[in-house]
Amino acid sequence: MKSLESMTATPKSTSRQMEFVTVTVANQLLGLPISRVHDVFVVSEMTTVPLAQGEIAGLLNLRGRVVTAVSLRRRLGLNDTAGAERRMAVGLENQGEAYGLLVDEVGEVLKLDPDEMQPNPVHMDRGWVGLSQGVHQLREKLLIVLDVDAVLAFETTREAA
Amino acid sequence: MDDLLLEFLTETNEHLETVDVEMVRFEQDPNNEAILSNIFRLVHTIKGTCGFLGLPRLEALAHAAETLMGKFRDGMPVTTPAVSLILTTLDRIKEILGELERQGTEPEGSDADLIELLEKMASQEALTPEPAPQSAPAPSSGQPVSQVFERELKPGEVSLDELERAFQEAPGPEKAAASGTLTYQVLERALKPGEVSLDELERAFREAPGPAPLVIEKAAANLPKNDAVPAPAPSAKKNAEASDSGEGGDGIAGKVQTIRVNVDTLEHLMTMVSELVLTRNQLLEIARRSSEDHGYKVPLQRLSQVTAELQDGVMKTRMQPIGNAWQKLPRVVRDLSNELSKKIELVMQGADTELDRQVLEVIKDPLTHMVRNSADHGIETPSDRKASGKPEKGTIRLNAYHEGGSITIEISDDGKGLNFAAIRKKAAERGIASDAEVEKMSDAQVAKFIFHPGFSTAAKVTSVSGRGVGMDVVKTNIELIGGTVDIRSEQGRGTTFTIKIPLTLAIVAALIVSSKDQRFAIPQVAVSELVRVSPTSEHSIERINGTPILRLRDRLLPIVPLSKVMGLSANEDANNGFVVVTQVAHQRFGILVDGVFHTEEIVVKPMSSKLRHIQLFSGNTILGDGAVVLIIDPNGLARMVGTEASSNEFQSDAGQEQAIVAADEMTSLLVFRGGGESLKAVPLSLVTRLEEIEASTIEWSSGRPVVQYRGRLMPLVSCDEELAIKRQGMQSLLVFSDGEVSMGLAVAEIVDIVEDKLDVELLAERSDLVGSAVVRGRTTEIVNVAHYLPMVLETWSRKDRRDSVDKSLLLVDSSTFFRDMLVPVLKASGYRVQTASTAQEAVRLLSGGLHIDVVVTDLELSGHSGFALVASLRADPQHSTTPVIGMTVRPDPQQIALARKLRISEVVSKIDRRGLLSALAELNASFEEAA
Repeated sequence: MKSLESMTATPKSTSRQMEFVTVTVANQLLGLPISRVHDVFVVSEMTTVPLAQGEIAGLLNLRGRVVTAVSLRRRLGLNDTAGAERRMAVGLENQGEAYGLLVDEVGEVLKLDPDEMQPNPVHMDRGWVGLSQGVHQLREKLLIVLDVDAVLAFETTREAA
Repeated sequence: MDDLLLEFLTETNEHLETVDVEMVRFEQDPNNEAILSNIFRLVHTIKGTCGFLGLPRLEALAHAAETLMGKFRDGMPVTTPAVSLILTTLDRIKEILGELERQGTEPEGSDADLIELLEKMASQEALTPEPAPQSAPAPSSGQPVSQVFERELKPGEVSLDELERAFQEAPGPEKAAASGTLTYQVLERALKPGEVSLDELERAFREAPGPAPLVIEKAAANLPKNDAVPAPAPSAKKNAEASDSGEGGDGIAGKVQTIRVNVDTLEHLMTMVSELVLTRNQLLEIARRSSEDHGYKVPLQRLSQVTAELQDGVMKTRMQPIGNAWQKLPRVVRDLSNELSKKIELVMQGADTELDRQVLEVIKDPLTHMVRNSADHGIETPSDRKASGKPEKGTIRLNAYHEGGSITIEISDDGKGLNFAAIRKKAAERGIASDAEVEKMSDAQVAKFIFHPGFSTAAKVTSVSGRGVGMDVVKTNIELIGGTVDIRSEQGRGTTFTIKIPLTLAIVAALIVSSKDQRFAIPQVAVSELVRVSPTSEHSIERINGTPILRLRDRLLPIVPLSKVMGLSANEDANNGFVVVTQVAHQRFGILVDGVFHTEEIVVKPMSSKLRHIQLFSGNTILGDGAVVLIIDPNGLARMVGTEASSNEFQSDAGQEQAIVAADEMTSLLVFRGGGESLKAVPLSLVTRLEEIEASTIEWSSGRPVVQYRGRLMPLVSCDEELAIKRQGMQSLLVFSDGEVSMGLAVAEIVDIVEDKLDVELLAERSDLVGSAVVRGRTTEIVNVAHYLPMVLETWSRKDRRDSVDKSLLLVDSSTFFRDMLVPVLKASGYRVQTASTAQEAVRLLSGGLHIDVVVTDLELSGHSGFALVASLRADPQHSTTPVIGMTVRPDPQQIALARKLRISEVVSKIDRRGLLSALAELNASFEEAA
């Protein structure tokens, strides 16, 4: 969190700014368009779904609504964290269904100018390229802009054996 | 638009729907005063309210219709044209209402045409030329009755009626001064229906002398004034009994008051309650952690309980009886039968089956469409029906029920059925499938073509249907909510559509179980019993080649460990826990779980689209404690347990009528080895138990091997000639029992229990085998257990199969053993087999409209003679010519003579399998000749 705080003091005063909710997964800073984020919440109890695809961490009860929890770590091909003390999730909506994207940490909201977004580096992991819309250079870190639809569009056809 | 008008529109639309239904009932039963009074009253209410709101067109129409109905009440004969005219008037009223709703004002236009017709109709045979409003409320003994009825049917609205009526009857019709007061009262009522109406009523009837007692009676439910009206009440009851429906009678005190609530309000309430539950859980958690009681634990307990009840209550508000979606149908059918000159009866069963409101909305239109289709395409004209030996009046049957965790709605007609040839032709013409493909398809597959967009085989387009739009929309709509539509049709016999809606959104009772510390819900409907198992208790899990099974009341039950299916545990040796005995269609299996908690009413939420492919779960739910729990789909589990390849077949079977044993149903087979190399198998359901005995305990009495088994002598027989019964070591036995009698079949080795589609290729020459089948990719001989029985027992017998195609056969035999044994044999000869264990059951099945080509019955049924069954069949015109084959242990001349008298085609010995088969073959030959 510390790094985030120091870094967020870089708002650029440009006209067409977009706001991003920043999250961290495995020390990588990622941004989600604020228009797609419904809420941010702490995950308490989660029901795992046997036979489900790996990306799905389980089901959550978010104020009476059943929310499908998707692990951003696993979606990005990373391993689960060992210590899952306080799991944070970003509430998203896709095609009328509610999802919770599990992340390591949720940071602040950043205002960024879309014109300054750089394309993905050519040698970026192919699994990541599909989920990233581009990269913003912040003073201390790089922020990957996540494509929410792509993040939630993972395989469903795999038949559970 | 003001609230008053909105309220009026909603109420009037509802009234009109009731009038539609009642009108149709009334036409069929013109002497039922109760129905007439009810209709009269509803129309009268509409008329009155229109007057207050200044809607002259509506008022004039309602007035004219009311006048005509007044004539009915005065004894004018009820004719179809008259009823049609009134229904047309109602339609006009609905049109105007529709406009009113859109524009806020009554549309321009004239209804002189209809009014003239109505007046003309009314003036024929007019007994009293005076206008109806006066004649209608004319004090008569029938009046109190009608009011009472009205109130039962539409409790909410009554006060309005009453008020209106009271005013109508009070002084003058042009009482302008009063209308102001009235409007106010109506408004007040809309806001506070419960409390206010009483005051208003009281006031109203204080002003109006005449109908006061009636109003009091109505209020009697709330006010202890019953004694004030001794006279009207009994007369009301009497009339209620007189009306054949009877629904009026028990409604008097039984109906609950209802109010209208915005759906959004309910949804919001639902969310709030869920929040409340969560908060309560947190409080409970805090209370558990702190050891001191600050005096809040008792109130907290109470809060917890109230919360649970609240949640329960809110969930129930979502449910509505399916009858609500059926309301329009009697009118639809009535109009169609007039239009098409057909005689159609609509039978509705299970109208009180509850459905989620949203689901109800979605299926409403498809249902109406399908009923229209049945009436138009299905039911033939009376002359055609007569010509094909059917009663002139066709029947469309709607049936709804909960089954296996889903709601099933059947729409069936006894009409001409689908014209498969025409559909095949059309499908090829339209290029949906090639000629060759179409020819190869089964009728069931061909039937599915009607769900293709734009598919119609109707020779001419009628105003009702035949335009080729509809069935695809029906299918789409139903699939939208995760349902399925199946179609079954038999030429000349009718068509049945079966809609299955998964329990999505519905409230179901579920058993909460646990497996590896995770909780799951199993729909209660699928659960037949619970058995506690442990290695030391009476019930313990045994294994055959690693496959767990449980002996349960002399039957072997396949066991599915939940943790294994879920992949929660690789350890397959779980022996402790509970077995949830589950019945899905004809499959019975046990689900092994670690713990069982309680049953809970759950609201099923659909699975996320990302998880819908996991067929093991039908949805998820939030339990009372806020935890998300997955709901196990017993059908899906059964499918997963079966082999992969046949999963599709099984799925489609589930849509078939439950009672018909589908030809490619999964069968559990016990695979074993005899003397030779080849594998042999018997249906597991036939095997009572598996034993391994010390060969030294086998005794030989007069050269035949017997063993002492459970205090009796059990004869043994070797499964084939190459296998000698062991003289030493351990001998494996399959034990078959029927009641008190048992037999041991000696086998070399028990190999496995498998589940597979039993597709038997017949072997004519070997009586010890039913035939051979490919089981798990290996050719396996299916053993005919019946072959061995006569070798050891006189009283046991059996019968056979032959080459007939697609005939349905009813097998009536009180012995489960024989039924189980014969079913595969008969199926192998191409019959669709239906079984009944008693004559009563058989009669019930047959009278339930089940189509049967041949009946095979034991003539010595326990409790009820098989002859009596046949006699009752012969008395039923539908089955008077159905061929019957009788079975008996030892045919004697007396029985044969009796059999001839009852036109039983053949009497065969129970032991004579060949005899039965040749009798069936002969019958078949005669079928073909007749065709």
